[in-house]
Amino acid sequence: MFEIVILTLDSTVRLSTPLLLACLAGLYSERSGVVDIGLEGKMLGAAFGAGAVAYLTGNAWIGLLAGMAVSIGLSLIHGFASITNRGNQIVSGVAINFLAAGLTALLGQTWFRQGGRTPSLPEGGRFRDIILPYAEELRDVPVIGGLYSELLSGHNILVYAAFLAVPLTWWVLFRTRFGLRLRAVGENPAAVDTAGISVTWLRYRAVIACGALCGVAGAYLSIAQSSGFIKDMTAGKGFIALAALIFAKWKPANAMFACLLFGFLDAVAIRMQGQKLPGIGEIPVQFFQALPYILTVILLAGFIGKAIPPKAAGIPYLKERS
Amino acid sequence: MSDTPAIELRKINKRFGPVHANKDIDLVVKKGSIHGIIGENGAGKSTLMSILYGFYQADEGDILVDGKKVTISDSKAAIGLGIGMVHQHFMLVDNFSVLENVVLGAEDSALLSGGINRARTELKRLEDEYELRVDPDALIQDLPVGLQQRVEILKALYRSAEVLILDEPTGVLTPPEADHLFKILEVLKNEGKTVLLITHKLREIMAATDTVSVMRRGEMVATRETASTSMEELAELMVGRSVLLRVDKKPAQPKAPVMEVENLTVTDSRGVQVVKDVSFIVCAGEIVGIAGVSGNGQSELLETLAGIRRATRGTLKINGETIDLGTSTLDAADMRAKSMGHVPEDRHRMGLINSFSEYENSILGYHRDPAYSRGVLMDLAAIKKNAVAEIEKYDIRPPNPMLKTANFSGGNQQKIVLAREIERDPEVLLVGQPTRGVDIGAIEFIHRRIVEMRDAGKGILLVSVELDEIRALSDRVLVMFDGKIVGERGSDADEGELGLLMAGVEDNNKMAVEGGAR
Repeated sequence: MFEIVILTLDSTVRLSTPLLLACLAGLYSERSGVVDIGLEGKMLGAAFGAGAVAYLTGNAWIGLLAGMAVSIGLSLIHGFASITNRGNQIVSGVAINFLAAGLTALLGQTWFRQGGRTPSLPEGGRFRDIILPYAEELRDVPVIGGLYSELLSGHNILVYAAFLAVPLTWWVLFRTRFGLRLRAVGENPAAVDTAGISVTWLRYRAVIACGALCGVAGAYLSIAQSSGFIKDMTAGKGFIALAALIFAKWKPANAMFACLLFGFLDAVAIRMQGQKLPGIGEIPVQFFQALPYILTVILLAGFIGKAIPPKAAGIPYLKERS
Repeated sequence: MSDTPAIELRKINKRFGPVHANKDIDLVVKKGSIHGIIGENGAGKSTLMSILYGFYQADEGDILVDGKKVTISDSKAAIGLGIGMVHQHFMLVDNFSVLENVVLGAEDSALLSGGINRARTELKRLEDEYELRVDPDALIQDLPVGLQQRVEILKALYRSAEVLILDEPTGVLTPPEADHLFKILEVLKNEGKTVLLITHKLREIMAATDTVSVMRRGEMVATRETASTSMEELAELMVGRSVLLRVDKKPAQPKAPVMEVENLTVTDSRGVQVVKDVSFIVCAGEIVGIAGVSGNGQSELLETLAGIRRATRGTLKINGETIDLGTSTLDAADMRAKSMGHVPEDRHRMGLINSFSEYENSILGYHRDPAYSRGVLMDLAAIKKNAVAEIEKYDIRPPNPMLKTANFSGGNQQKIVLAREIERDPEVLLVGQPTRGVDIGAIEFIHRRIVEMRDAGKGILLVSVELDEIRALSDRVLVMFDGKIVGERGSDADEGELGLLMAGVEDNNKMAVEGGAR
């Protein structure tokens, strides 16, 4: 039983990593007032870019950079549409999702002719799991050994990076000048403007930070968790990350717990597949897949209070004409 | 005090497309003085100040600060030159603390802690020096507007502003808060700062400034020493013709009561009683004014009578019909059908749909009236004909019923609402803040229309936070404080006495008053 719990928690960590990275990405963007429904598309684009480049170079790190570059590129398109040209942020985000879904499949097929997949990665093209010191030696120590060697040890570097990004994001947001301005521009851009700070440049930086993190999330999918890109491999994770962001009320620590919860549901769903529960029978997989959304709606409807988004989120900034 | 002016503007011009917002503006602001700039809405005051603060660039003209010619390309440059601005709509982040708002944009370094600590000490110093007390850790959203404005002033002082521009600073303040602000400005002046006060309220100019410049339609028409001018002269300069500052009206000839409110109690969504056992009558042919500092239950009273808000208990007699407000399910349309017109306090939130055109707004709430509709279809021809007639009668400008109401000035928007309600000829008219954000010319017109309606034998209930307005229009004044009616006075009510009642000071004549109010 303990074994099962540990294994479920272990896969919870693996499954929540991309959610967490994407969720934090969205946090930067939305805290600055730019709503980003294009997390899904950016992740997908990054997954493809990382998968393709890691296959061609045989180097996971170069793959990661390529993924981030693709994602930041898409972010800049979103920024150009919604910050510079003050377009509708939802429309721009949806467009990016379509663009990424279509382009990755098309380019994948054209370049590699494997039905939109990238070929399986060579050695070195994939992030390997890191075994923490003494993990093997401690394996047999009751409870702590299992926790340490299974749960803490044996993840790839991106997993550790994702969880380290949580306190880092908190620190950036609440302890640095950039963070103060970022939060301010999402609440009242006019206050930032009159304080002599460029709203445009600030929002662009937020959007770039969002692209970078989303890039890591995408790369994680194709060159860490799997060994290559598969068509539509994000499978709605970007949207779940968005739900987690609302659920977390745009706060970093909450975001981590929300993503862990959603990752846990995913892990349970996989474990429950084909299993019959006494008295209930087999629970359809779709039920677990829908749970994050159902939970978000129910909890937001009253249990955790109102989730109030940054006040200026979604509204392009235009100097008022008196 | 040196003779070099703190600010000098020479031949400033600014155009927005076809609109010439500032025409050849010259202005000299003496160091260490409070300089008022007065003008109607749309006269170009805010544009001029925005140019000075780097929000816009002038098309032509020079700006001199301390005698040196400067270019102010953005707000940062203005701040660097020691110019600070308190905007009409506060530029504060609501869910930030006072401290965070003060340091925003002046954080010292990439990490916050240093800047925050310096700000804490500096705020303490400013507090003592200028008597500007605010809790540095309070969130803006928890502060009353008066204190929020103080934070704006502190922001400017923290950036070592020598010249402080205040754009319509009293629009959101209660009279005592406004008086307090003027005291603060006096302190600032005595400390050698220069203050530019932008307003369209004559009283404030007279009360607070040393020098006053008048703007009209984008031009600077005159500059006067405040001591050697009068409200009448300034009003005439602002409008370009002589205006009546007092409302010219005959004594009221009240007849039978048309509206009787008894024991009205209203509880808001937080469960707080906001109107407490209020009773009063309004007779045909009289204007009953409700005075009070904003937030003392007047708004809720008005909304309840208009059918927008539910009462906990109380009865309303209107035109002889008795309605139990505690159980009634009458909505705003039903109340209108009972011949009760309503000019809501906030025309943007309740009076108009600003993205609709003028003619659509001109029948808003009366769109089911058979005069304007046939079955499910609107009778557009009839609606437009009515709109054109109202535009003419109320001198609404521009006279274009197809224009969105967002593109009308505040005064004209208010006239649209007023025309809609008055022209339906109700027996009772509820009027909330009829001239908030409305320029002098329009105020005069609106006041005249309300008095005309009274003279036609209608009953009018007026709610306003402008004491001057209450005193000018009302035949009887009821003062509300903390949800209760705490006093009643006649049309000759003394300003100081009303002020005390509004502040909740116990009324000596209370017994007599309660008898009179019923």
